[in-house]
Formats: sequence, structure tokens, C-alpha cells
Amino acid sequence: METIKIMGTDDTPTVILDADNDIFEISGRSLPEDVTAFYEPILNWLDDYANSPNAKTVFIFKLVYFNTASSKLLLDILMKLEQMHEDGKEVLIRWFYPEDDEDMQEAGEEYADIVDIPFEQVSYTLT
Amino acid sequence: MDKKNVKGFLEFVYDFYKSMKAHEITLVYEGEITHQITKAFTSLTESNMAKEEESNSVQKKVFHVMVECLQNISKHADSFGSDDFLFAGRGIFMVSKGEIEYHVTTGNVIENSKIDELTKILDHINTLDKDGLKELYKTQMREGRLSEKGGAGLGFIDIARKTGRKLEYHFLPIDEETHFFILTSTISRNE
Repeated sequence: METIKIMGTDDTPTVILDADNDIFEISGRSLPEDVTAFYEPILNWLDDYANSPNAKTVFIFKLVYFNTASSKLLLDILMKLEQMHEDGKEVLIRWFYPEDDEDMQEAGEEYADIVDIPFEQVSYTLT
Repeated sequence: MDKKNVKGFLEFVYDFYKSMKAHEITLVYEGEITHQITKAFTSLTESNMAKEEESNSVQKKVFHVMVECLQNISKHADSFGSDDFLFAGRGIFMVSKGEIEYHVTTGNVIENSKIDELTKILDHINTLDKDGLKELYKTQMREGRLSEKGGAGLGFIDIARKTGRKLEYHFLPIDEETHFFILTSTISRNE
């Protein structure tokens, strides 16, 4: 599978989707000018990946900010992972939030409520 | 400009300056809201808040509210067909900072035919408490479709959640077809 590596900017997140090395990660800030265009290749990649996923997929979200338009697309990503989980694949979401950021923690809780996948909340200290 | 006009203009500039000071306005803009403008305004306000050592949580709230307000204008203000070049596709955006709170205010022209629907959405949000807003946000995220311009109908809910206050809005009549829609969001500086 091809690897997706997008370096983050001040309005788009860093995205690494690397099946060979078991790295699935979205981090940073997300308020792209065109959310649909930004997330489309990521969703397409997940569709392909779902056809022959690794034995276990640990997907990391480590965002410090996302706007409401992005929140919808993040849910789309989670729903694709939920589908994989329903199909019997092993999937784990690890949702990182800065330890003093209750809103980001709550956002994780909300996603965990909506999708039915193993979901881990992880707090970390911003350096 | 002839002499009289120059004097009138200078007085206007000074009055405008005084008026901004009186209302503690730190940022004001009128025109088209683009992504570049959104980025410039949020990063300017961010660095000002950091300089003034505003708490992280206040900074984040102001940032959230600014982004959603700016995107509301950029996604909705241009969707009406007024011939009036003064209003078409534009809006006013203001940030003011007082002793105890920040205000983020937007104003844009709206067609009369859209007022009912918008009022319904805003009033519904205003009936909800914290948990109600959370549920509405989740429902909207799950069931809402992204519009062509990338709006997900989540902005107003997010503003209500982040500020912890009712949405404060007004419609001022412009002419027979349009009103001026003003939304003021308040973020408290002491947690």
C-alpha cells in the first residue's frame, strides 16, 4: 500500500498513514480552507486499507485544535474504522489530549459515544 | 477632496478612532472574509493574547469562537443576491476586549426569506443546556451533511458551548428584502 505523509501547517494537521510500519496518525491543527478536499484522500486511503488491513490497527488522534467542519470529517474517519471493527478486524483508537484541555478530552468522549470501537483516552503534557 | 471634504474626512477618522477606543475594539474589518483573512486575524489575536498572558483556556475559547464566526460569514454572507455593492458578499467582523470579557461580533446582510429558518436554529440552540447542546452537536455531526461550502451546521452550537452563554443576535431592517444580522459572542476572561 502506498503511504500517505502530509506535513502539518498552521491550519492543516500532520497525517501519516503507513501500513508497512504500522503508523496511523493525525496530529496538530485542523482548519483547512477546504475540509472536504483535504480529507478526501485520507478517506479513500482508508477504504483501500480496509480491504486488507494489518492484524491490528492502532489509530492515533493527537490534535490540539480542530474546527467544526473538521469535526465532521474526523467522524467520517472514525466511522470507516468502526466498519473495519464490525468486520472483525482489530482496531484501537488512541485519543491524545493535552492534560489541561478539557474540551479536547470531551471531544474524544463524544466520539467514543458515537462510534462503537475500542477507544482509549490518553492525556499528555504539552512541551 | 476639496478643503471642506478633507476636514470632514479628518474629523471622521478621529471620531472613528475615538469610537473604537470607547468600545474597546482591538480589531475591526469590513469586507470579504477569506481563509487568508481568517488565518491572519486568528494568529494576530492569538499572539496578542499570549503577550498579555491570557489563560490558555480563554485563548482557546476566543480562537474557537473567532474561527466559527469568520466561517459563518464566509460561508453564508455571500449567498444572497442583493445588487447593493455595499453589502454583497461581505460582512463586518469585530473583536473587543474589556476588563472582564472579550466580545466577538459579526454582522452581515441576510435575505428576509432566510430569517425564519435562522431564527429557529438560533432559538432552538438557546433553549438547550450544556448536555442538550452536546447531544445536538453529536446528532448534527452524525446526520448533518457538509454543504457545498463546507458548512456543517455546527458553528452556532460550538459557539454556544464554548462561551457557555445564550447566542445573542439581532436583525436590523435594511430595506424591503434584507436585514442586517448581528451576532455577538462573549467570552469571560476570568474562569
